[in-house]
Amino acid sequence: MRTRPAARAGQYAALLAYLVFLAFPFVWLASTAFKPATELAGLHPTWIPKDPTLANFRQAFDEQPLLRAALNSLLTASAAALVAVAVATPMAYVMARHRSALARAATGWVVVSQAFPFVLLIIPLFLVLKNLRLIDSLPGLVLVHVVWSLPFALWMLTGYVRAVPAELEEAAAVDGAGRLRTLVSVTVPLLAPGIAATALFAFVTAWNEFFFALVLLKTPEQQTLPVLLTRFIGAEGVADLGPLAAAAFLATLPSLLVFALIQRRITGSLLAGAVKG
Amino acid sequence: MAGPTPTRKGADAVTSVTEARRSAPRAPGPARPGRRAVDHGPWFLVLPALIPILVLSVGPLLYGIMLAFTDAQSGRTEPTRWIGTLNFQDLLQDTLFWESFRIGLVWAVGVTVPQFLLALGLALLLNQDLRLRWAARALAIVPWAMPEVVVGIMWRLTYNPDAGILNETLRDLGFGGDRDWLSGLATALPAVIVVGVWAGMPQTTVALLAGLQNTPRELHEAAAVDGAGAWRRFRTVTWPALRPVALAITALNLIWNFNSFALVYVLTNGGPGGRTRLPMLFAYEEAFRYGQFGYAAAMGCVMVAVISVLLAVFLVGRLRGGDER
Repeated sequence: MRTRPAARAGQYAALLAYLVFLAFPFVWLASTAFKPATELAGLHPTWIPKDPTLANFRQAFDEQPLLRAALNSLLTASAAALVAVAVATPMAYVMARHRSALARAATGWVVVSQAFPFVLLIIPLFLVLKNLRLIDSLPGLVLVHVVWSLPFALWMLTGYVRAVPAELEEAAAVDGAGRLRTLVSVTVPLLAPGIAATALFAFVTAWNEFFFALVLLKTPEQQTLPVLLTRFIGAEGVADLGPLAAAAFLATLPSLLVFALIQRRITGSLLAGAVKG
Repeated sequence: MAGPTPTRKGADAVTSVTEARRSAPRAPGPARPGRRAVDHGPWFLVLPALIPILVLSVGPLLYGIMLAFTDAQSGRTEPTRWIGTLNFQDLLQDTLFWESFRIGLVWAVGVTVPQFLLALGLALLLNQDLRLRWAARALAIVPWAMPEVVVGIMWRLTYNPDAGILNETLRDLGFGGDRDWLSGLATALPAVIVVGVWAGMPQTTVALLAGLQNTPRELHEAAAVDGAGAWRRFRTVTWPALRPVALAITALNLIWNFNSFALVYVLTNGGPGGRTRLPMLFAYEEAFRYGQFGYAAAMGCVMVAVISVLLAVFLVGRLRGGDER
């Protein structure tokens, strides 16, 4: 199929417009992060800092417990990701291989859990965790993040399990391997790349998550990066644009890096799922 | 946000569609007779995920619905009592809540519709053999990867009346440009809606792109040979194949957007004068600022109920509209 040159040019122009729309806020964030305070106070802001500086980053680290918050985020997100794939992988295996009522119920939960407003969930969760003395503690937040990332983890992993031929497992069973043995030494190694991608996705989800962290964490020593960033803004609006932009810029980098790593896998498995249907 | 916060979304939409389709023709693999008798394995494999789901998702949900019928408050010493539907009766009189609810609907529809149209356009472009398509695809999902709080901060910087690039650009173009977008009574809601559209576009685009790859290419070419124009080809070939995905992602977007929290919390915190106070922000304040757990839970129930009804109406209407195929 040929497209006329005029139409082609129009398509490129439209694509360019999309990219500008999608990219400019991020470019502006980066630009603000590297601008000296004098330039930020000036009347005519420019796209490219005239006199780029790292002062904002230094100030952000000096004035706010940025490292502490980053460490909290790193710990909770890693723990949540590891626990999530650890519990989701066996369940996804069952959902992919067995058409039981349980598997159907689990699929139903994956869909329905998307529709509930968090208020309805967070108040009882808050009370339950309070009784377990897990309020204002990172383990409590990890638990919530695990459940929060489970639907997507289950969905991704179920797709990956389906891609592993059942014949391989049957062959192992014929050779006398038990169910657990088959799972551990045949299926899991083949699933490894999928499990890694799922874990990374769960990591980003937990790293970015804000609402639960806002409600569940009270003391400043416990807060995660997104919560700290909102404290930067304060009640009376933005005080210091430069350090705020610098901290926000840093908080985004891990998510972008991980996403770049798994981007192909996420879109790829989506496409595979759609085509196979 | 969705849960619907946030991240993760788009993909689920596609799943539910493909899931439903895939399940039917599958050979009954391991559920074969003979093996069933010893099928105790699944229980033990399912337990590690099932316990957290039951304790931290299903359980709290039921508990939350129960709370809506009590006078539960934070930090109270006397025991919580059942008060029947009193919370709901109060809610009916609560004009502030209904105003917030109205804003929530305007926001949800105002974000979902442009989000869908823009994402459809982008997905159609990305589905073409354009140069630099890979770069565009990678760039197009950047908003998906970012923490919502950072998205909010980023747009605050953009909208900033003095140091923001938006007003500076408007000044350069000679349109004045001394507006305070997020504090203006008239501009605040449209301004946050733009951010909502921006933030949710990638998931929708990815889901629609997945659907587009599903359209039979030969049909498209045959239609072109027959002299069908681009619009006609879209209507007769592309759209029928895309419809299930489009419906699923739009329904999910509506839910996610209605339940949205972090973006607006960072951008305006509900201001100015409540003009952007989405129901989630309202319920959050009720629960965690004023400690009215029971009342806030009732709000949550009302939100679920209304959204379920709207969604049912939307889906039934759409599905019926497609029966002529």
